Amino acid sequence: MGERRVWVWTEIASDAPHRLSLELFTPARALGRAEAVVLGLTSEQALEQLGEFGAQLVHYAADPIYAQFLVEPHVATLTSLIESERPDLLLFPSTPTARDVLARLVGQLGRGAIANAVALDYDTSGRLLATVPCGADALATVTLEGPLPHLVQLRPKAYAAEAVGGQTEVCLVDLPVAETSCRVRVIETVEQSAAGPNLEEATVIVAGGRGLGRAENFRLLEELANTLGGAVGASRAVVDAGWVPYRYQVGQTGRTVKPTLYIACGISGAIQHVAGMRGSRYVIAINTDPDAPIFELADLGVVGDALTIVPKLTERIRAR
Amino acid sequence: MKICVCVKHVPDPNLPVQVDLDTRRLVRDPAHCILDPGDEYGVETALRLVEAHGGEVVVVSMGPPAAEDALRRAMAMGADRAILVSDEALAGSDVLATARALAAAIRPEQPDLVLCATESTDAYTGLLPGALAALLDLPQLTFARTVAVEGNIVTVQRATETGYQLVQAALPALVTVTASVGEPRYPSFKGLMAAKRKPLITRGLAVLGVELREVGERGARERVLEVREVRQVKQGRIVVEDGTGSSIEEILAFLRSIQMV
Repeated sequence: MGERRVWVWTEIASDAPHRLSLELFTPARALGRAEAVVLGLTSEQALEQLGEFGAQLVHYAADPIYAQFLVEPHVATLTSLIESERPDLLLFPSTPTARDVLARLVGQLGRGAIANAVALDYDTSGRLLATVPCGADALATVTLEGPLPHLVQLRPKAYAAEAVGGQTEVCLVDLPVAETSCRVRVIETVEQSAAGPNLEEATVIVAGGRGLGRAENFRLLEELANTLGGAVGASRAVVDAGWVPYRYQVGQTGRTVKPTLYIACGISGAIQHVAGMRGSRYVIAINTDPDAPIFELADLGVVGDALTIVPKLTERIRAR
Repeated sequence: MKICVCVKHVPDPNLPVQVDLDTRRLVRDPAHCILDPGDEYGVETALRLVEAHGGEVVVVSMGPPAAEDALRRAMAMGADRAILVSDEALAGSDVLATARALAAAIRPEQPDLVLCATESTDAYTGLLPGALAALLDLPQLTFARTVAVEGNIVTVQRATETGYQLVQAALPALVTVTASVGEPRYPSFKGLMAAKRKPLITRGLAVLGVELREVGERGARERVLEVREVRQVKQGRIVVEDGTGSSIEEILAFLRSIQMV
């Protein structure tokens, strides 16, 4: 058996490879020969960067149609490429577009797929082994059966992106896109203000839950976060309640974060939330309920009201 | 217009997830299962569209007989009728097998629109809607913040990581909705009573013409080999704020110890 060919679905954002795609070259290199699939126009620098992160070959379709229509052109091209190139494994990042493409590919090819993997390996017999969180307290080892390639989507930060300084070959994909697969048309793309947290990159996150009482009190968290040079996050309960937008949400269905310090204010620690922040290096939890499960994860737990403690803490840090 | 909404009966997300370490499946005690809160947004969207344009809302689910509960809840919100795909051979179905069973139930309905949540609250892979769209050969419009239908065109504001895209397709189509589409209505007492008498049909695999080897354990491509518990409790320090601000000194000391201040 030759070297495994591992393809990374590579998204391009603002003319640079999406950071979540770059992370996937780390397991791709470890498991075989890493190759990238890039559908849509991008710059030469972006393609070169893929080489730096370990791609030995980029399958590149330089056609603007992939930005004009969603999902189906991508799935059609990917299906053709899979048939002609026969890769062993396809890795997808946890981005909305990658998820759309993977999901349709599952139905189109009649294949299984593993989503939300946090680690990936093969056993000695060549069987794929993926680790998938199963609630907050369990990890499942999952494999896929059936014809290759296997399809796996990885959680953010399952692996760290590593620039290894290589060069990549570019293989131009010149497959015509059928009109019948151009059904979902992009009319307009709107970039909204980047204001708000960049949770994935923050070293400190101050997060709030129901215990804050009301939306206005999030201001207290913002002040503490600003003082510590961090970002503000939220639990699903308060996002569902409309206190803050979805982009603040940390948890199983929100962002996965691994800051150095996570300060949980008025957050009980429901599994949904813990799944997104358990990788934090240090956790401080402030909650009035001494039985809140968040205390099990805390390096320092404070039984008390975040509404009175947080502003005083901010003041003390500022006074230093 | 006819709208099919896919819904799921899931373990109450406010309770801890339990995994049966022997069967390696999620424990789904029907007494602690509810209509997936995410699905309520799909039902709400369908009801609003039908209120504006006329038509019918059909809720569809795959699950054991107890999943009727989720369908009745959706009908209490206002859906007109329900289809439950239920068959013992479906146990152990993965995403692909589930999509096949749902597609077989939805296809004869010939809906103008199929609505799904972005992902289920229990398994949260988010792969089902796209697989279903492929099997039904429908365009898929995903992560919708708003859904509008004019004539035979559906227009969606699709949430992206940095804003949104306005995307459009001709009907029939499949749309997945986010919580931004609008607050789901709470069933009225009248709605709850009416739901008990609304038509619900149960379809087995034979009726749907689904091959046994395509679904359930046999059709599943995904195999769970092992589930292990990783519950970890940090032996952290717990202090109680006594009203004098003593805990603030503790927090400051901790921040200093990790060189954050």
